[in-house]
Amino acid sequence: MTTLSIDHVSRWFGNVVAVNDITMTIGPGVTGLLGPNGAGKSTLINMMGGFLAPSTGTVTLDGKPTWRNEAIYKHIGIVPEREAMYDFLTGREFVVANAELQGLGAKAAQKALATVEMEYAQDRKISTYSKGMRQRVKMASALVHEPSLLLLDEPFNGMDPRQRMQLMDLLRRMGDEGRTVLFSSHILEEVEQLAWHIEVVVAGRHAASGDFRKIRRLMTDRPHRYLVRSSDDRALAAALIADPSTSGIEVDLAEGALRIQAVDFGRFTALLPKVARDHGIRLLTVSPSDESLESVFSYLVAA
Amino acid sequence: MYDPTVARLTYRALLGRRRALILGALPLLLIAISVVVRGLAGADDQTASDLLGGLALATMVPIIGVIAGTGAIGPEIDDGSVVYLLSKPIKRPTIIFTKLIVAIAVTMVFSALPTLIAGFILNGNGQQIAVAYTVAALVASIAYAALFLLLGTVSRHAVVFGLVYALVWEALFGSLVPGARTLSVQQWSLAVAHKVTGGELVTSDVSLTTGTVLLVAVTVLATWYAGQKLRSLTLAGEE
Repeated sequence: MTTLSIDHVSRWFGNVVAVNDITMTIGPGVTGLLGPNGAGKSTLINMMGGFLAPSTGTVTLDGKPTWRNEAIYKHIGIVPEREAMYDFLTGREFVVANAELQGLGAKAAQKALATVEMEYAQDRKISTYSKGMRQRVKMASALVHEPSLLLLDEPFNGMDPRQRMQLMDLLRRMGDEGRTVLFSSHILEEVEQLAWHIEVVVAGRHAASGDFRKIRRLMTDRPHRYLVRSSDDRALAAALIADPSTSGIEVDLAEGALRIQAVDFGRFTALLPKVARDHGIRLLTVSPSDESLESVFSYLVAA
Repeated sequence: MYDPTVARLTYRALLGRRRALILGALPLLLIAISVVVRGLAGADDQTASDLLGGLALATMVPIIGVIAGTGAIGPEIDDGSVVYLLSKPIKRPTIIFTKLIVAIAVTMVFSALPTLIAGFILNGNGQQIAVAYTVAALVASIAYAALFLLLGTVSRHAVVFGLVYALVWEALFGSLVPGARTLSVQQWSLAVAHKVTGGELVTSDVSLTTGTVLLVAVTVLATWYAGQKLRSLTLAGEE
């Protein structure tokens, strides 16, 4: 059982505060570190992995500091976000080298390659690999020594849906085996599908922590804004405002569209097509106007 | 202190196709020039000494040292792949020491060996000139490799700084400004070479003691400091 403790950790670069007084404990199982780009996720993961000193606070793995402590890497596997990885080697040579650096041999490397299902391409140069293949070889290199803590920085970036599912299965298995798995992502769905536990970071601050359902509800219950164009905007507006799922509708003459604020997301999404059909109105555009992650997250922080 | 896996990775990175071409070009040029000079002017001790001193030791050795020394670690730090070495239970100074050994070996092979060959072509090692400059190149390889390996760990622009040092300081100032010579790896290594061969054509501005002490001091300090730099190397994210 491995527990990673982040205790009142801040990190600043010059005048910029990247991580601001974060305290969290990561235990066995799969934990998702969720936050928009630039929220400080990578900075946090770098501190967890001992590649960056906290400006204040401590990061410890089972009580031992991760910064300037090489021995800790017997227990940590790291899958960095950056692509670069000795491209002149074959996948097998790369994983074998990583095994040797852990004091292990080719057998451990072969096992790790089998775990990520990369044996079929193991003798090709890494420079010829697709993004997903690189990701899997990186995984293999992090798994050779069967670490009790696995840190992954944006592991699903650039993967196709099938590769994504494979990796999710693998991480789930690791979590089931009692390992501590932490991955970062800026995509809510990824985290929701995989993580048992979520830590949300926004603008360097720890915004939420806990079960994903609770956080998901916070996110979906917020007022949603939509931009709608139809064959008869005013008739549609009149029909929609009568329903309690909307709290405001504005006729935007410049845009030639309606700006609708919905308070009950589920009810509104069912209502809109029904009202349109009943009134013989054609919907031309329906687009959420504040679905950017930043707005979702900022709502969450305010909540 | 020495990790064979780190060494293997470093050799393969250093001797990758493009870098190997650059590493090989200068020695080939030296040998080609030697062949031409010998053919046109015949064997002459002074000419041999001038060519080996001015081209091989003052220019080629430091440039090869820059390529091998900075190349042994700089690119890995730049592109972030060094994370695969750093995330292992290996002491950081061990990584540096191993890379130093590799950088020294590569510098020696691509600078001292061609110097020896060129010396034999130029005057058949008359007055021990070929051997003297080879010894100087071997000794200088160690100090240059250590110095430029350190540069590779502290600066993103290690190659530029390294070349400026090698060409401006060692080659230009070293030959024009007498004072600068005291602080020149080239002169220190010449002091050793002078002692080894005892000839009159290979001389140095510094005494053997000064040269040796400075060579050892620079090598040890640079390596120690590079190890410390790597210990506190931080990998900033892409955010």
